[in-house]
Amino acid sequence: MTTLKIEELRSKIEGKEILKGVTLEIHGGEIHAIMGPNGTGKSTLASALMGHPKYEVTGGKVTLDNEDLLEMEVDERAQAGLFLAMQYPSEIAGVTNSDFLRSAINARREEGDEISLIRFIREMESKMKGLEMNPEFAHRYLNEGFSGGEKKRNEILQMILLEPKFVILDEVDSGLDIDALRIVANGVNEMRSPDRGFLIITHYQRLLNYITPDFVHVMMQGRIVKSGGPELAHRLEAEGYDWVKEELGITDETVREV
Amino acid sequence: MDIQARVSMNVDDLRAWSSAKDEPRWLIERRVHALELAGTLELPKVEKIKLEKWDIYESGDYKAENAWSGLEDAPEVVRGLVASPVKGGLIVQFNSDVVYTKLSESLAVQGVILTDLHTAAKEHEELVKRYLFQAVKPEEHSLSAAHSALWSGGVFLYVPDGVEVEAPIQAIFLNDTSGVRFAPHILIVAGSNSKISYVDHCISSRDDIKVLHNGVVEVFVGVGSKVQVASVHQLATATTDFTQRRAVVLADGGVEWIVGEMNNGYTASDTKTLLQGNGSISDAKVIAIGSGDQKLSCTTQAQHFGRSSVSQMITRAVMREEATAIINGITKIEKGATHCDGQQTERVLMLSPKARGDANPILLIDEDDVTAGHAASVGQVNAEQIYYLMSRGISRSEAEYLVIFGFLAPVISEIPLEGVRSHLQDVVEKKLGRS
Repeated sequence: MTTLKIEELRSKIEGKEILKGVTLEIHGGEIHAIMGPNGTGKSTLASALMGHPKYEVTGGKVTLDNEDLLEMEVDERAQAGLFLAMQYPSEIAGVTNSDFLRSAINARREEGDEISLIRFIREMESKMKGLEMNPEFAHRYLNEGFSGGEKKRNEILQMILLEPKFVILDEVDSGLDIDALRIVANGVNEMRSPDRGFLIITHYQRLLNYITPDFVHVMMQGRIVKSGGPELAHRLEAEGYDWVKEELGITDETVREV
Repeated sequence: MDIQARVSMNVDDLRAWSSAKDEPRWLIERRVHALELAGTLELPKVEKIKLEKWDIYESGDYKAENAWSGLEDAPEVVRGLVASPVKGGLIVQFNSDVVYTKLSESLAVQGVILTDLHTAAKEHEELVKRYLFQAVKPEEHSLSAAHSALWSGGVFLYVPDGVEVEAPIQAIFLNDTSGVRFAPHILIVAGSNSKISYVDHCISSRDDIKVLHNGVVEVFVGVGSKVQVASVHQLATATTDFTQRRAVVLADGGVEWIVGEMNNGYTASDTKTLLQGNGSISDAKVIAIGSGDQKLSCTTQAQHFGRSSVSQMITRAVMREEATAIINGITKIEKGATHCDGQQTERVLMLSPKARGDANPILLIDEDDVTAGHAASVGQVNAEQIYYLMSRGISRSEAEYLVIFGFLAPVISEIPLEGVRSHLQDVVEKKLGRS
């Protein structure tokens, strides 16, 4: 069974420590949601797991199916089955969406076993249809001139086509209207499987109305400070974060310089 | 210091050679006049480049070649570039001489002319006399003068009024011997309301061949006509390329330049459009890749005289290793050229800490009622983009290649001949050190 195991993960960016010891274990078939106000380290966790060059890991351990994730290059982490749907996907002029997708699919296949063009187009078109994406997007340059919602759908399209073992969704709900949110959530729900784990990072409960998590965690000051079931998300939506801060004696929930 | 071009011929030799080529009297006199100028004029001023330190003085010795009866025995590099059968027209220059010319029967019947320039000067004397050296003048500087005196082979392409040619006309300039004269002159004349596409390829057969390529392209675009000129240069490390391309566009005419500077050696090119007529249009797209310790100077220019004329210039350069690029864009709008629009973009991507790039956008505007704009940037491959691609499992080298190829794609995709386009893709991969 797929397991992502994060132990006491610490990370800094531009000299500032953001993650101050995150510990979390996620198994295949589970959906975990990390919630929390802005500036508490949620997106940093996603970037550090994927290996963003600006985030330096300063301590702790992460394994995906017992393989040391932190020792791997970014592409090796993806090859090992990790997928991050990004909050701000890059725009790349001159590279069409379909060329990019095919390169990404073929990157995880053996030489000589590349996906045939016909099969690739058929799969891409059917998945795009499911996400209610204009077929024209296949031929446009990667994310260039895409609206916020179109970029998010494109992230989900990549997730579906690449069939990762473990998915992190970093604020995939931001910038989505209610229809787009439903479409994206459907895409995620169709990918739910006993072999696949999910980590959903979000500000808001609203995405969790469509994707029911098994576990909900609250992040503050670069750590997970509270964990619970789906009921925790509902209470946060109804009452905000103040009660959590009060309970834990936290006055400023953001990450501070030490 | 002696900064004039040294030419290997004296006046008597030049007269004898030109006569042996059976050139008309006026052409001999123009050559002789240019030869005299070459001895007195100075080298051209090229922004931020010390041209006097380049191997740019020796014009090389004329090397006669036998005509080819067909393409069966042509070097592989030539056959690889040519679509078979030839649809529109094909002309091949080997070292100093044109060795092969073929024009489709249907185009010949319509009055299209494709021939080497010596032959054209004899058989189409009035046309050649009227246009030759009218865009790029021998008086401009010593290299222009040396070219005007010593050009050989070359192309004359003429499209009569009202004739629209769909299949591109292809030219190949191949050099396989060091020290030879390699100075083709390309003269394209498009009559009123005509249409033509010309694609050429300038290539060395080995990387150690040392010559000066001193080439000139003159394009005359008639009223309401459309001319497309695509050119890929892929000359040797030891070869210096000095190329001047210039178009004169009359009212409502348009010229489109598509240029790939893929040389391995020192390169200075200037691609300029004179927007003479009202409503004339110029569109220039240039890509360059520098590697090794190459120095590159790529200048694009648009000079607006006609009212409501429109120019667009895009240059994209990728610099590897210790290569240096000076990318200049000059938009000049003359007094009286009202309602013009001139836009230019120069972008340089640097792949190594020792590569150098300089983008200089220049707007010179003497008329108030116009719009003009420029954008320029010099930078490295965007780390966020590489991270994004790698996060999908694509390796770092493949990710970098995708980003760089994407940077150059807007020009490569515009090349009108499939054979030349795919060859350019191969050359780009090679220049990027991938094969």
